[in-house]
Amino acid sequence: MLDIQQTLIDDEAGPSWLADFQTANNNLWSSQNWPTRKTESWKYTSLKAIETGGYRPRSAINSGSDQAQANGAVSGSVIESVIASSRIEGLETIDVVFVNGAFSPSLSSVDTLPSGVELCLFSQANSQQQADIREHLGSVAKAEQHVFVALNGGQLKDGVFVKVQKNTVVDNPVRVLWITTQQKQSLALAQRLLVVVEEGAKASIVEQFVSSEEEQNCFTHGVTELVLQDNSKLFHYRLHQEQEKTALVSGVHAKLLRSATLESFYLAFGGTIKRLDVVVDHQGQGAHCEMNGVYLPRNSQHVDFHTCIEHAVPHCTTNEVFRGIIGDSAKAVFNGRIHIHKDAQKTLAQLSNKNLLTSNKAEIDTKPELEIYADDVQCAHGATVAQLDEMSLHYLRTRGVSTEEAKVMLSFGFINALVDQVHHQAIANYLRPILANLFAQDPELMRHIA
Amino acid sequence: MLSIQNLHANVDDKHILKGLNLEIKPGEVHAIMGPNGSGKSTLGHVLSGRDGYEVTDGAVQFLEKDLLEMETEERAREGLFLAFQYPVEIPGVSNMEFLKASVDAVRAHRGEDALDSVAFMKKAREFCKAVDLNQDFLKRGVNEGFSGGEKKRNEIMQMMLLQPRLAILDETDSGLDIDALQVVAEGVNSLRAADRSFIVVTHYQRLLNYIQPDYVHVLAGGKIVKSGGKELALELEEKGYGWLENEVA
Repeated sequence: MLDIQQTLIDDEAGPSWLADFQTANNNLWSSQNWPTRKTESWKYTSLKAIETGGYRPRSAINSGSDQAQANGAVSGSVIESVIASSRIEGLETIDVVFVNGAFSPSLSSVDTLPSGVELCLFSQANSQQQADIREHLGSVAKAEQHVFVALNGGQLKDGVFVKVQKNTVVDNPVRVLWITTQQKQSLALAQRLLVVVEEGAKASIVEQFVSSEEEQNCFTHGVTELVLQDNSKLFHYRLHQEQEKTALVSGVHAKLLRSATLESFYLAFGGTIKRLDVVVDHQGQGAHCEMNGVYLPRNSQHVDFHTCIEHAVPHCTTNEVFRGIIGDSAKAVFNGRIHIHKDAQKTLAQLSNKNLLTSNKAEIDTKPELEIYADDVQCAHGATVAQLDEMSLHYLRTRGVSTEEAKVMLSFGFINALVDQVHHQAIANYLRPILANLFAQDPELMRHIA
Repeated sequence: MLSIQNLHANVDDKHILKGLNLEIKPGEVHAIMGPNGSGKSTLGHVLSGRDGYEVTDGAVQFLEKDLLEMETEERAREGLFLAFQYPVEIPGVSNMEFLKASVDAVRAHRGEDALDSVAFMKKAREFCKAVDLNQDFLKRGVNEGFSGGEKKRNEIMQMMLLQPRLAILDETDSGLDIDALQVVAEGVNSLRAADRSFIVVTHYQRLLNYIQPDYVHVLAGGKIVKSGGKELALELEEKGYGWLENEVA
């Protein structure tokens, strides 16, 4: 184990009933190699920022005032403004809020839950919930395949468990809000979410990662596991809106059983390092995955999406579309893998990745990977990298729209074409002005689009 | 209104327009006809200022100003409108957002107050109705998923909103069925006015049954080889273009 692997962990134990889980993950963490640029899945993303960032788990920090701040003592007005800017107008949510890794009961609204929905922290789980968590935790995200899943599992002190009971239809989404603020000492934070949607149930989850505006110095490693049982449906949103010095390595791992449907949407601004691994495992026939995502790094930010869809059984479908706009000297990585196993006949799978580079120094490394071992499938994939479409720009200008405004409109439209498709209109309405603002420094240039 | 003298233009280093002359006075409708590859569409693109269409010689005045010195958007704001042969699809930008941006830009240039959303929507709905476009089209992406005919009607609808001084219709009739053709022609005819002119670029005489031109020009080999009244269109319909090309040669 390298020094860096040692500094990211502590000896503090999580819930005793998860001790064996924690030990197993700790062992996998110390036995796996730290990824380098020679590791295929980390070829275009350097972990140097994490190696040199001095991130430590909270319990490893001992000095008094640092400890107090590390425990989540932050100015109320800072938090208030973060809460306000992350509020999704018109969407009634069940909020679970964390500030610098610590659960905030006062900011959360989990006291009254819709019938058929269970929601608890691991640390407060009753014995039935403990049994549920033990059954599913780590069953979707594989610590032996993802070194940061092992880190997260070993460092697990707490997490959020959501269960939507059989045939329950919940309209209001559960929103897990992960807030970080600037800390005196750079912190390594573990974030974990486990969602089980039981047979025939239908629910929505919004995971929103936000921060205060000052320079961030937290490193969040996170794992979300989604279990979709037979005929269930889950709308899953993941919004990464943190300040640009954020460091994050996170994974979303979903398991779809028979005829389950996962409809997900990802949005990511760039960070110092921001890496997201999305794994969807079609394990039951007739499962369907609809996945759209956008990434928008600027300045010298970095963002990396590695998606992997496993088609292990017949008659499943995947429709995956990711789009990115990369500006300034930012860098994006997109690796989209669809793996169709030998028995997965009649699979329908599509993957599209389109990128716009808005500066000469911007960079995208995109690689769609289709691996097919079945012979009766329909699959398509494609990746493009381009500048703004010259003809569209001309068209807008022939109608009197200024070149500057036309560019803003087209950049916005390129991304908004996916935002338009999200199921919850309130989320689309919330995102549009944020996106428009990203492409237009001058409010005059965004007045027609959001 | 528009005066073109000895216009030469290249596309991808290929010499397309070779000394074109044209004078258009306020209120006139000019039809430009000609065989494929004669430079008809190039003329529209050059006048609209499209990148890659390089003017190598000649001059163009629009409303007494040097058109070739203006940016594309300035030309539009001054009152030049090009209805595209192939209108562009822009998913993610709604038709309404696009039209409002356009109308605001043109009105601001004319020193007129910006229309508020209510007044704008009223006009937009009115013109949608005039060209027989469902109002739902306003909410959809620009031309996204529109049929060929719907795209052309959307062009005419934009023209009605923008009230240009000179409109160039680049093969607006191509791909239209007879009903759509009539709708488009009615749209154009409703805008005919003493201070507004039209250039109707077309391959076929058919459209000219509905939009009566004052002059018909034949463009061949990059210049106008014959001009006449509307009866010239009928003659062309009957004889084709071959005899003219021979005449020029």
